[in-house]
Amino acid sequence: MSFEVFRDVAKPILAGFGITARRLAKPKATVQYPEERREQFPRTRWRHVLTRYDSGLERCIGCSLCAGACPARCIYVEAAENTDQERYSPGERYAVRYEINMLRCIFCGYCQEACPTGAIVLRKDFELANYEREDFIYTKEMLLEARRPEPAVH
Amino acid sequence: MPKRVETLVLHDSSTPSFGDIQKGGSVVLANSKTLGDLIAGVPAQARAHALWPLTFGLACCAIEMMSTVAARFDLARFGSEAFRATPRQADVMIIAGRLSKKMAPVLRQIYDQMPEPKWVISMGACASTGGVYNNYAIVQGADQVVPVDVYVPGCPPSPDALMYAIIKLQNKIKHQGLKPKQMALLELKPREVESV
Repeated sequence: MSFEVFRDVAKPILAGFGITARRLAKPKATVQYPEERREQFPRTRWRHVLTRYDSGLERCIGCSLCAGACPARCIYVEAAENTDQERYSPGERYAVRYEINMLRCIFCGYCQEACPTGAIVLRKDFELANYEREDFIYTKEMLLEARRPEPAVH
Repeated sequence: MPKRVETLVLHDSSTPSFGDIQKGGSVVLANSKTLGDLIAGVPAQARAHALWPLTFGLACCAIEMMSTVAARFDLARFGSEAFRATPRQADVMIIAGRLSKKMAPVLRQIYDQMPEPKWVISMGACASTGGVYNNYAIVQGADQVVPVDVYVPGCPPSPDALMYAIIKLQNKIKHQGLKPKQMALLELKPREVESV
């Protein structure tokens, strides 16, 4: 091997692999997404959830303030009166229909700010992509938090 | 930079999550009964795992699209690292950003220039529905111009959300010919509910 071949071919290749070898020892930046998820920031705003009180009653009172605050006009609320036989929320009224167009929504969180009872909150579930545009109209059943099991005795 | 990872803790149960999607590569090949099925599934596998996106960044969503290819998220793990600047070499068009009415004919022309088979991901609220821009200038949904395969909500969607959409698109390609409801159920599992 002549000196020129070493200088022009072998040496740069070895130098290049040297960089690779040095990088191998460093911590890896990639998050292996489908298997592991990166930590979301504390104030991340993603999928909406309609929460409940500890008693199991819905927090939403159907006041439509979220719909009024929404800059994208993607929330539709239809309220109905509570009765003693059918009680959904502690207030006078509850939301009989609550729909959010998730594709219109820009996840600004104004609905969460406007809500007087803290019913609608934006949580960290970001996996919302889907195939059909119709599937993005999230109804009240999809948004409402599941009833918690009986609270543990402290 | 230390890698920060959290385990799957999600707050609701209505939307399903991927189970062991990456395990063993393909549900289609595993589910195929005959040799003919197996052979017919191979091109779909090859297409699904070598999706070359077209650089079609229209607005701020493009920043997140670029970030998806970078080291932290690394779209190359799904075979999509080669962003092509020409439609002749691209498989999937990621419409990243609001589509103005002046841009719509351009988008359509570029879509027509892409070779078959081709797919479209509509990324973000503006590309999918118009978002907050419900006005005279913005097309209210890119599906008025081109057929969209996967919609991604968000403003803008985070790189993980876009990667989820690409996994969904791969899922769709692997199940070409099936209805959306059928194919979604093949690989999706109910997600864990956080108990507070």
